[in-house]
Amino acid sequence: MVTQNAMTVPAVSVGSGTSVGPRDTRGYRAFTAVNTVVLLLVCAVMLYPFVTVIAQSFSSPGAIKAGLVNVWPVGFNLDTYGAVAQNGTFWSAYGNTVLYTFLGTTIAMVLTTTFAYAISKPHLRGRGFLIGIAVFTMFFNGGIVPNYVLISALGMKNTMWAVILPGAISVFNLLVMKAFFESLPRELEEAAQIDGLGWFGIFCRIVLPLSKPVIATMVLFYSVAYWNDWFAAFLYLDKQELFPVTLFLRNLIAGASTTASEGAAAAGTTTAAISANIQAVTMILTIVPILCVYPFVQRYFVSGVMLGSVKG
Amino acid sequence: MSVTREREPAGLVAEPAVGRRRWNTGARGSHGYKVPWRDVWRRDGALYLMAVLPVVFLLIFRYGPMVGNIIAFRRFRPGGSIFGEEWVGTLYIDMFINDPMFWHVFGNTAIIGLLTLIVGFPLPIVLALLLNEVRKKAFKRVVQSISYLPHFLSVVIVAGMVMQLLSLQGTVNQIAEALGGEAVPFLQRPEWFRAIYVGSEVWQTLGWGTILYLAALTTVDASLYEAARIDGANRWRQTWHVTLPGIRPTMITLLILNIGTFLNVGFEKVLLLYSPLTYATGDVISTYLYRVGLVSNNLSYAAAIGLFQACIGLVMVLSANFISRRMTGASLW
Repeated sequence: MVTQNAMTVPAVSVGSGTSVGPRDTRGYRAFTAVNTVVLLLVCAVMLYPFVTVIAQSFSSPGAIKAGLVNVWPVGFNLDTYGAVAQNGTFWSAYGNTVLYTFLGTTIAMVLTTTFAYAISKPHLRGRGFLIGIAVFTMFFNGGIVPNYVLISALGMKNTMWAVILPGAISVFNLLVMKAFFESLPRELEEAAQIDGLGWFGIFCRIVLPLSKPVIATMVLFYSVAYWNDWFAAFLYLDKQELFPVTLFLRNLIAGASTTASEGAAAAGTTTAAISANIQAVTMILTIVPILCVYPFVQRYFVSGVMLGSVKG
Repeated sequence: MSVTREREPAGLVAEPAVGRRRWNTGARGSHGYKVPWRDVWRRDGALYLMAVLPVVFLLIFRYGPMVGNIIAFRRFRPGGSIFGEEWVGTLYIDMFINDPMFWHVFGNTAIIGLLTLIVGFPLPIVLALLLNEVRKKAFKRVVQSISYLPHFLSVVIVAGMVMQLLSLQGTVNQIAEALGGEAVPFLQRPEWFRAIYVGSEVWQTLGWGTILYLAALTTVDASLYEAARIDGANRWRQTWHVTLPGIRPTMITLLILNIGTFLNVGFEKVLLLYSPLTYATGDVISTYLYRVGLVSNNLSYAAAIGLFQACIGLVMVLSANFISRRMTGASLW
């Protein structure tokens, strides 16, 4: 963007007479063409797996097995969607994911915003210490085994808290929020103080309403993290009725791949092909909520990420 | 809320100018002497109260496990104390140092981590530079939106996609067969595991990785380009001498962070993609300690390995940061 501005400053027109600026030398035009092609290729590579999965979800098991499905459904049908939709285990897992995502994001947002607000006040005594204990955890973590021991000792195994609580503060998100709060004009808070609001009142009535973009970003980040998480559930949950949909999908995939590698036998391959179908549908249904929110929050998250990381 | 409001008169509220000076004075009052804690509490009690829950959270769920690493030096009995039963010194440390399997997975981890770093670090920079040259805003935005998308997928879904694309009936094998090759069960071949891992990692992180660089690119001073052009620099030279130095701090910061997490090779993805058939190249420290610790229930031994890994990570960040500060002046802190 900046380069563009620089380039539109009056410059000697070389080569083509239609547009102005040294950009339009023959070499640059060639570069632009190549660049466009490269970027289109990048897009194609990024999108291809999605397209294949969508195509497979609408295809007949036979066509997938025969290796006919790439970009376009072959033997179009909705039977797989029907089959998955009637699967009670799937919907229970889906419901669990929604619940974990909602609760987890709520708890995470409360902890993150309050902590970020406290450490965003430059005058706060002990602020360095508070920031320090948070940042240190970015570079040194306890590791899987002690975490597992801790969760077991707290009696949280086979409860949803094992999935919800450990992820509740992401230090990266915390620092982004802190940077945002620091960037708010101080005069507003001072004025509120004169009007007799305490810190908590300022936080709720002045700061939070001004922080909608960053809150939207953080809600997106946390909810995507909870929505996508499978490992905590895999470690701490044994009861199928507690599984989130990602773990359900993982078990589906793991089951299918064992079947596929075990049996070159005809029966084995059929099972694998059928579950390729079901896998595709489950994957689509798991991605869809993210795809639906994505376009609306995109403008927020880009600014949110930049805020946390670029300081001038 | 009401509590703080009552306490207000004691502390902050004054005319704006005074208020502002006080906000900036840190632990010292406007007269230069240290404000007693009682007054600090009166002024900022609400802020400390807001920090209480998060700090308790960090202490339990982050520092708890750190302290829990003590079981690397103590015998641990499942169901017993989470801090173990009795001291055994460096028994478990010696155990993994003398374990050839450990060094095997250590090597695998280092190779996969290094490949990911070498391939995955420069590509977002290249993509960001290419995007930066795009003049049509709408096209740029579409490319960005599409390339960010994989970042939001669960690793389970990425693994599922990888498996489908690489299956015997998958697209990759179809292309191979069309070109006259034979179908390969890629995920069962150790020689392919690293490529698969790095490839899927790049697929997922490439677009997202450009965000910070694109942000940094907008901060490069436009007049520098003009000056370079007057000096006769062509586009390529402008990129080399103006753009790249302009985003160097961002590059260094991200490099340090990447080096620090270098041994934490995407554990979950490996766990989803590997199988006993690909242990030869795919088994990494985290998956090994997962199997030893949580599958075979040898928790102390696994904790020792995990502690070792975490310490290496910390040392790597600290040294990368130190070297970068010495050589380029840029550092994380």
